[in-house]
Amino acid sequence: MAVEYIQPEYEVVRNQERCIVCRVCERQCANQVHEYLKDSNRMVADDSKCVNCHRCVALCPTRALKIVKSPHTFKENTNWSGKAISEIYKQAESGGVLLSSMGNPENYPVYFDKMLLNASQVTNPSIDPLREPMETRVFLGAKPERIERDEKGRIIRSLPPQIQLSMPVMFSAMSYGSISYNAHESLARAAAELGILYNTGEGGLHEDLYKYGKNTIVQVASGRFGVHKDYLESGAAIEIKMGQGAKPGIGGHLPGEKVGMDISRTRMIPEGTDAISPAPHHDIYSIEDLRQLVYSLKEATGYKKPVIVKIAAVHNVAAIASGIARSGADMIAIDGFRGGTGAAPTRIRDHVGLPIELALASVDKRLRDEGIRNRVSIIAGGSIRSSADVVKAIALGADCVYIATAALVALGCHLCRSCHTGKCNWGIATQRPDLVKRLNPNIGFRRLVNLLTAWQHEIKEMMGGMGINSIEALRGNRLMLRGVGLNEKELEILGIKHAGE
Amino acid sequence: MKRVYVNEKWCLGCHLCEYYCAFASTGETDMARALKDIRINPRIRVEECEGISFAVSCRHCPEPLCVKGCITGALRKIDGIITVDRNRCIGCYTCILSCPYGAVSPSEDGAIQKCELCIKTHEGTPRCVLGCPNGAIVFEERGE
Repeated sequence: MAVEYIQPEYEVVRNQERCIVCRVCERQCANQVHEYLKDSNRMVADDSKCVNCHRCVALCPTRALKIVKSPHTFKENTNWSGKAISEIYKQAESGGVLLSSMGNPENYPVYFDKMLLNASQVTNPSIDPLREPMETRVFLGAKPERIERDEKGRIIRSLPPQIQLSMPVMFSAMSYGSISYNAHESLARAAAELGILYNTGEGGLHEDLYKYGKNTIVQVASGRFGVHKDYLESGAAIEIKMGQGAKPGIGGHLPGEKVGMDISRTRMIPEGTDAISPAPHHDIYSIEDLRQLVYSLKEATGYKKPVIVKIAAVHNVAAIASGIARSGADMIAIDGFRGGTGAAPTRIRDHVGLPIELALASVDKRLRDEGIRNRVSIIAGGSIRSSADVVKAIALGADCVYIATAALVALGCHLCRSCHTGKCNWGIATQRPDLVKRLNPNIGFRRLVNLLTAWQHEIKEMMGGMGINSIEALRGNRLMLRGVGLNEKELEILGIKHAGE
Repeated sequence: MKRVYVNEKWCLGCHLCEYYCAFASTGETDMARALKDIRINPRIRVEECEGISFAVSCRHCPEPLCVKGCITGALRKIDGIITVDRNRCIGCYTCILSCPYGAVSPSEDGAIQKCELCIKTHEGTPRCVLGCPNGAIVFEERGE
C-alpha cells in the first residue's frame, strides 16, 4: 500500500549486546515478527506484526528482548484519541466491523477497587486459619423454603440436586474451538484435582474429557452444538447460555477454518463449516419459553442435575433474574461487561452491559426482596481478578464466582487481545497443531491448581481477619464492605456504607 | 537411576535445550556473556523433520557400544553414567561411529564430548531439562 495510515503500536527492542542469535524468538512467533539475517548473523524485527504477547520475551534465554509502546503519536487531542483515529483508518480501509478479544479494556470504574473489606479488632476475635478450621466449601442449587419434618420430628432431607465445591470458584464457559484442546484438558484436570467445576462452553465435550464429567458443567447455547443425551448426562450440571458479558445481545461465530476433524466431531457439524450461534435462542422469547427448556433438560436427565441459566449483566438484570428464579432454574450465572471473549465486535464489547458488582448487588437484593433468593444460587463472573474480588463478590451476595480470564492468564495468556486472529502464541486460543502443543496440560493444570490453592489460602486469611470461619456466613454480608470514592446512588445500589460510616 | 527422557509430543523445536547445554559447560554465570558471537556445539541436538521434533542426547545405554569400542579407556560407565576422561581421549572417534543415536560428537579441541547429565558442572537436574519451556525433556527414574 502506497499510503500507510496505521503505524505499529509497539516496538520490539533488542539488546544486541545480549542477543546470542539462538533464533528462539523467530521460531516461536506465529506472527513472524522476527527474522534472521544470514549475511550479518543478526536478528531483526518487523514491529508492525507484533501483537505484544511476550512469547519471544518470555522465551529469550538472555533477556535480550523487550516490547515497548511506540512513542509515535498523533497531535494531542483529548476528544480524538490516537485509538479513535486509527479505528477510523481501519474501517475506512476495510469497510468492516471492528473485532476484538478478551474483556472490555476501557476506562470504566472497577467497583471492586472501590470497596474495602472489614477486619476484627478488640471487640470480636479474628481467626487464624493456620490454627483453626476454616470452611470454604459451598453447595450450589435451590434450597428449600423451610425445614420440614416427618411425624417423628426428623428432618426430611429431600433437597433438589446440589453441587458441592471445595471453594466458591469455578472455571467459566470457554468452548473447545475458542480455546484449544490442551487448554480444555488443563481446565478439566485442574477442576477434578481442586474439587470444583469447569464449563464446556457451547462447543460440546471432547470424548476424551467425559471422564472428568463430575467436574464438568455442560453448556447448552443457542447453536446447540454438540448437545446430545450422553453429553447432558455426562456433566454435574447443565448451563443454558442466554448471554455473555463481553457481547450481550449477540451470538457467536467460530470460523470454518478452525473447525477441524476433532471440533467437527465434538460440535456435530461438518468439517470446515462456520459454527454460528444465533443471538437469541430461537425457541425462547419469554420466561415461559425458558421454563420449557429448563424442564426439557431436567426431564432429559431425570431431575438429577441442577440447571444454570447464564445471562449477561444488562440494564434490567434484576427483573430478568427474578424471572429466571421463577422459571425453575437452580442457579443464575451473571456475566459482567468486563468478561472475556474469543472474539466480539469492538463496539459491543466496549459499550454494552453493566459492571458485575452493580448487577450482582441488585439481583441479590431483588431476589431477597421478593423472598425467592433461596430458589437459586447466584454465580458472578466478568473479571474476577484475585481472591479479594472473590471475597467482595461473596459479600455482595454471590454464592460462587466464575473465573476464565484469570485461568487463561495462569496458563500463559498475556492479554494481547488477539484471540480472534487464531494465532495464539501461547497455545490457548488457537487450533493450529504446532501452536496448540505449546500448552502442555501437565504444566497447565498444575499452574491452575497452584493459582486456586493460593486463592483459597488468601480467602481463608481474609475471612479469618473478619472473624468469619465459614464462607456461607460471608455471603451477602455487606456490612463487611465499605465504599471509597463512591456517590450516594452507587452506595445505594451496592447496598453498602461509605468508608468511615 | 534418573535419566534424561524426551517426548516429541511436547517438543516445540525451539532449540533452547541446545543453548542451555552449551551454556552449562562454559562455567559462566551469564548466558549472553558466555555465548555471544559463538557458534555453539551442544551435547544435545534437536532432530526435526516435517513438523516433528525431539531432542537427542546420550541414552546412557545398559550395554554402551561407545564404551566397548573405546580403545584407551577414556569412556567409562560409572554409577550408570557414561563419562569421558578428556585426558585419555586420543580422538579416534570410534565411539562416534559406534553410537547408534549419534549422541557423541567431537569437541573443539579434538577430544570427544557427550552428555554427562551435567554432573561435572552442576548439581541436580541437567540444564537442558530445566531450560525446556514445555516439559518435553524430563529427568526421571524409569528403571533400566
